[in-house]
Amino acid sequence: MGGRFENLPPPKKDDKLVFRKRFPESFNNSRSGDKNLSRIGQKFSELKGRGQAALMPFLTIGDPNLETTCELLLKLDKAGADLVELGIPFSDPIADGPTIQRASQRALRQGVTPCRALELVRRVRRRSELPISLMTYYNLIFHYGEERFVAEAAQAGVDGLIVPDLPPEEAGGLRRAADRYGLDIVFLLAPTSRPERVKLVAEASRGFIYYVSLTGVTGARERLAQDLAAKVREPKRHTDLPVAVGFGISTPEQAGMAAGCADGVIVGSALINVLEANLSKPDLLVNQAAEFVGRLKAGMRNAGS
Amino acid sequence: MQLPDKKGHFGIYGGKFVPETLMSALEDLENQYQRLKQDKEFQQELNYFLQEFAGRPTPLYFAERLTEHLGGAKIYLKREDLCHTGAHKINNTLGQALMTRRMAKRRVIAETGAGQHGVATATAAAMFGLDCEIFMGEEDMHRQELNVFRMKLLGAKVTPVTSGTMTLKDAINEALRDWVTNVEQTHYVIGSVVGPHPYPVIVRDFQSVIGCETKKQLQEKEGGLPDYLVACVGGGSNAMGMFYPFLDNSQVKLVGVEAAGCGLETGKHAASLKAGEAGVLHGAKSYLLQDEQGQIHPTHSVSAGLDYPGVGPEHSCLKDSGRAEYQAVTDDEALKAFSLLSELEGIIPALESAHAIAYLQKLVPMTTKDQIIVVCLSGRGDKDVQQVSELMDGR
Repeated sequence: MGGRFENLPPPKKDDKLVFRKRFPESFNNSRSGDKNLSRIGQKFSELKGRGQAALMPFLTIGDPNLETTCELLLKLDKAGADLVELGIPFSDPIADGPTIQRASQRALRQGVTPCRALELVRRVRRRSELPISLMTYYNLIFHYGEERFVAEAAQAGVDGLIVPDLPPEEAGGLRRAADRYGLDIVFLLAPTSRPERVKLVAEASRGFIYYVSLTGVTGARERLAQDLAAKVREPKRHTDLPVAVGFGISTPEQAGMAAGCADGVIVGSALINVLEANLSKPDLLVNQAAEFVGRLKAGMRNAGS
Repeated sequence: MQLPDKKGHFGIYGGKFVPETLMSALEDLENQYQRLKQDKEFQQELNYFLQEFAGRPTPLYFAERLTEHLGGAKIYLKREDLCHTGAHKINNTLGQALMTRRMAKRRVIAETGAGQHGVATATAAAMFGLDCEIFMGEEDMHRQELNVFRMKLLGAKVTPVTSGTMTLKDAINEALRDWVTNVEQTHYVIGSVVGPHPYPVIVRDFQSVIGCETKKQLQEKEGGLPDYLVACVGGGSNAMGMFYPFLDNSQVKLVGVEAAGCGLETGKHAASLKAGEAGVLHGAKSYLLQDEQGQIHPTHSVSAGLDYPGVGPEHSCLKDSGRAEYQAVTDDEALKAFSLLSELEGIIPALESAHAIAYLQKLVPMTTKDQIIVVCLSGRGDKDVQQVSELMDGR
């Protein structure tokens, strides 16, 4: 283990090590502005204070390789990313469209495993305070062992977990483990979720609620759903948790529109498209991605003001 | 206790591990199915189509020459190969197509491996006037060209799946992705006792006609119960349909036969129960073939219908409880059985069903002549003739 990390850029001298205190017992999803909030909660609440929505880019760990993922994260942090969602690649990603499927395949070819993914987070955490949510499919966590995965993720500096094929009904064990180790387990809502499910998910989720903006798989789309604003308000009846919108958001304009009604905006496939377009130009890839994230953030600022 | 429980769990297996987008559709399906199960009119309608369209009941045939050849227990074949479209799959697709009509959806989708379930879905869709799209791994489309053409003749759109290993598991991934996208107008006709709750129950119940008929027919012919039931297991729908009505008859031994491919020791096989461990794929917890990280393992079987890394959650439960036992036979053993049944009984079995026949070589020597074995002959082998002829030439 570890061979693949030897090429990672060494920490710069002025980077201070970041340690985090966790207060699992006092964790409460409905409190805001509380110093016991998780790193995710703090970030949302800080941005809310400034009247801004959070930008959360998505990357697959190891796409196109682990070294680049590390560089990307540090660069995106400076370019306007407020939080980040990182995918651990799975062989059968049923909630993902072709773009993220290809990203997963590239990462799997790089030999990315859950263990190496956590190692990468540990490296990044030494140099960045960026709140990190891991996204992966349940079998990888189940196979690793729920308790062990959550414990090691928390120790590595992960803040949240997003498991798209694990609804709250099946998540009992993972929720207990996540509460114990102070990880936010983020559940998803979809346009097809009925009021009773909105309530269930709103009450089960921690950190934020992930609203899937369209009925479909991940992937860049031409336009956003018209009822987005109304849908994003639904869970607010049951919780103070922020709501972040993802799936299909691909341009600064769309990010701006989503920022107008949601607390956070998640952009995955469109960013991966930028990586894909630059696979043969590794020296440009990181800057192109950072530039795209900067434009997304600018689109959101314009909408917010 | 009745399994599954209210959340669709068979012991520790089963459940609903799907994206949130599908949760409401699964709830609807469950409610609808519970209603229709009690609905006499629906059941009569289904029986009408099973009888008049699919050709049920299928015979329970005494395989006299095979019995003589193997020299032990009497062997009966449940002739699902004689169903319309050539396999047991039609029992389930007629039921689900009728449900689709009741749910006022206009479109059905399905995955297919060997093509049998795709053909059966396309057939039911044609008969009920539903739009139909079938997802099939590109690799399987080459292996089963004839069935691809059949589906197209029946008016279905066949969409090649080029992701992953391009076989059944990837076809299911793609069908699930389509369903996530079109869930409001589309019903997903899952073809085996796999997938999220309530699918393992729905498919089991629709396939239980196999076991119910067998019980009645054997009572008439032999005045009793069989000693063994033998069926092949990929996802496990024909086996579950055969086993289910006998679960409470503890003297009846249940044997599922998986695909050992090139041999369990080679790693090139599809024997999830025999060689896998618990995991979550395609919406349910069950035995799975996976690597040390939990990534799904590529599988191999000469039979496209068994070439799947998972298995129905109820089979996993039956394995753990010991109520059923699971064995595996290799490609070579299945191919020998394919020829044997053709020569001795004038019945060309599907390569899937040939796995069940092949296991008789091991089982029969442990039996006595007064015992009875029923084998589910889940499908006919016409679809496999080309492939087998190429394999034989290649030797």
